[in-house]
Amino acid sequence: MRGARSAKWVAIAAVVALSATACGGGSGDGGSDGGNKAAIDPNGTFTVESGEPENPLQPANTMESYGSIVINSLFTGLVDYDSSGKIVYMNAESVDTKDSKTFTVKLKSGWKFHDGTPVTAESYVKAWNWAAAPANKQTNSFWFSDIKGYDQVAPESGAPKAKELSGLKVVDDTTFTIELTKAIPYFVYKLGYQVFSPLPESFYADPKAAGEKPIGNGPYKFVSWDHKKAITVAKNADYKGSNAAKNGGVVFKNYSTPETAYEDLKSGNLDVITQVAPKDLPVYKQDLGDRAVDQAYSAIQSIAPAFYSKQFKDINPKVIQGLSRAIDRDTITKTVLQGTREPATGWVAKGVLGYEPDAAGDVTKYDPAAAKALIKEGGGVPGNAITIQFNADGGHKEWVEAVCNSITNATGVKCSGDSKADFQADLQARKAKEVKSFYRSGWVLDFPMNANFIRDLFGTKSDGNQSGFSNKTLDASIAAADSAPTLDESVKKYQEIEKQLPNYMPSIPLWYYKINAGYSEKVSGVQFGQDGDPILTGVQVKKK
Amino acid sequence: MGRYVARRLLQMIPVFFGTTLLIFLMVYALPGDPVQGLFGDKGGSPQVIAALRHEYGLDQNIFVQYFNYMKGIILHADFGTQIASGRPVTDVLGDAFPVTLRLGGFAFAIEIVIGVSLGVFAGLHAGRAADTAVLLITLLLISVPVFVLGFLLKWIFADELQLLEPNVNDPTNYGQLLMPAIVLATASLAYVSRLTRTSIAENMRADYVRTAIAKGLPRRRVVTVHLMRNSMIPVVTYLGTDIGGLLGGAVITEGIFNIQGIGGTIYQSIIRREGTTLVGLVTILVLVYLVASLLVDLLYAVLDPRIRYA
Repeated sequence: MRGARSAKWVAIAAVVALSATACGGGSGDGGSDGGNKAAIDPNGTFTVESGEPENPLQPANTMESYGSIVINSLFTGLVDYDSSGKIVYMNAESVDTKDSKTFTVKLKSGWKFHDGTPVTAESYVKAWNWAAAPANKQTNSFWFSDIKGYDQVAPESGAPKAKELSGLKVVDDTTFTIELTKAIPYFVYKLGYQVFSPLPESFYADPKAAGEKPIGNGPYKFVSWDHKKAITVAKNADYKGSNAAKNGGVVFKNYSTPETAYEDLKSGNLDVITQVAPKDLPVYKQDLGDRAVDQAYSAIQSIAPAFYSKQFKDINPKVIQGLSRAIDRDTITKTVLQGTREPATGWVAKGVLGYEPDAAGDVTKYDPAAAKALIKEGGGVPGNAITIQFNADGGHKEWVEAVCNSITNATGVKCSGDSKADFQADLQARKAKEVKSFYRSGWVLDFPMNANFIRDLFGTKSDGNQSGFSNKTLDASIAAADSAPTLDESVKKYQEIEKQLPNYMPSIPLWYYKINAGYSEKVSGVQFGQDGDPILTGVQVKKK
Repeated sequence: MGRYVARRLLQMIPVFFGTTLLIFLMVYALPGDPVQGLFGDKGGSPQVIAALRHEYGLDQNIFVQYFNYMKGIILHADFGTQIASGRPVTDVLGDAFPVTLRLGGFAFAIEIVIGVSLGVFAGLHAGRAADTAVLLITLLLISVPVFVLGFLLKWIFADELQLLEPNVNDPTNYGQLLMPAIVLATASLAYVSRLTRTSIAENMRADYVRTAIAKGLPRRRVVTVHLMRNSMIPVVTYLGTDIGGLLGGAVITEGIFNIQGIGGTIYQSIIRREGTTLVGLVTILVLVYLVASLLVDLLYAVLDPRIRYA
């Protein structure tokens, strides 16, 4: 989570925090050149602020953003999204389905890996089978769990009963089919995530070595990885995709803190930064002028009640509604958060398909009188005191205190922060169901559709559901939305579900994230995708 | 002498095992799990988590883990595998150590040269204005926190005067390492000069110095050979323990100047609950400390032949 990263002087802490949510999400290829008149050098290279990836550079093994940004530059999957959340076909010619359960993928011909071998249907099927097998210990292997046969390859307990996913079948060199265990109208969206990248045959000879020197099929070729210093990639001249690089290559330079990266940006040693440290936020727009970036991206911060706790077991949702209305989001985002966030008006972040403004209705509007009335109506907050659990290493302390003050001032409910030393400890308390009252929760998109912000957080058995929230009616609505015959209908049904959420209050949405970043005078056309990463291929380097 | 060295080396063994076991237990006692941490908020497939935990031996008893780890280090010089990156810890150390060694060595050189010269200068002028000035300056250096000094230097030399690069982009470039080395050296430098000053000032009044002067030896020779040699004993003791401190304590300096060395790696390993990486690092730092203190003790005999080892 980027918010976690920005405030900590050692970004490392945040890398861990990042892995929390900064997975995935593709990036649309915007890339206008920003009306710049300077001559462009198509072979010029530039540097981007980054850090040491957590894992070897294998597509299915990369969760945090330092690795993701490199993987995304080296691999191109079947599909990608544009900035409004619409599907763009990349390596796929088409992905067809009649029942949202069996998909036929046709590949564009002529695509090659960087080692010259062709990208075939086999390159995908074999890669997915390899990544899904628990023996290969890929951190993102659960992404294949929708595909038929996953329970055989990775059974809940005991030895695997099969080596390959029975739902994947190669038809010919450029065609394969995917069969799911049940219909998912938006499965095509998931295919945009880098875990579904193809792998060349050479990968399997030594996957570990391949993670050090990845061979992909994307707009950039891997050049070198100087551990803890930099990763260099160069333009792939043979690239067939629509997002061919407009520059000669990228150097991902390691920075331990956003402050140092900002200094290097100012002194001309760095071209693109991905975040501005809180210390520099008040001045960065003045320093950088029109090279300062201030843009929304698809992530949301909220606080979630621990529904398993004594306090919130069988709570009347009106109480949580009341607490939500006691939070003055406008003032807090403007003052404490220095305009780096935008008040949330629903549970689905901006920039994804199905986002609707004001989806939560009145619930996110500040109104102390209504807040008091709602809490009273709902029977009051048990104990008349709440705590918000957060990790102290992520820069959350300030806003947690501000939210607490706002709640106490408006309703008289006592509120205090429950600080855990770091993200690891915070996570452990959540996993062990030891959260006393509320905990801080953040979510960055996996794929740009509203289902990702509803189903994956509030479904009883969803991966992201750590609050113990469970509601049969909502589960049934989610199941109905998932079995909708078309994507559009599924999106609509999820929009209806979002409108119902105030009746359940599975969490209190606080604000949407924004990207506060910047770039040097050497480059132009720098844009950021919904996932918060810069769109590298669109960057243009000026002639010296 | 030989027996003394052998005895000291033998003493290192329990210290070595004690410190490493303590670190192991401390990391184990912290809440949080390095494998869970890889997956963050989203959780991972339980099969993969189990497989990873098994691979790193985390499903075993802590003492079994410690025993296996020590066996690896002693028998195969194998420091284990970093859980986050899957790279051998020796590789991780190999990346970080040269950087910190260069920075620490540079700082150490600055500390000795400037610290000792300032101290000798002040000591020889004890009680006069020059002495007071040195005492004031060193007091200031001791009391200013490292990060304040770091930001001050950056602001003055990089932002305003634009003489130096604000951060280290190439750790082999000594021009870029200059500022962090100065920051790292300052506090110790002040202690070194104060120690030297006191020692020199005291010995100036010693009989043997008076004798040397009475013999008609040139002042230079009195100071460099007779006075310095005896006065260096407390300073060398301090310098010896400071070597380890410079290597391990560079967390803040490395953070301020974006240096990817030992300090950052230690910090990162604690945050990620990477027991193996941390123990590997600390093991090497413990060895550096032990060897440095042994060297210091041996140096005593060189500086003052009256000191003998049984």
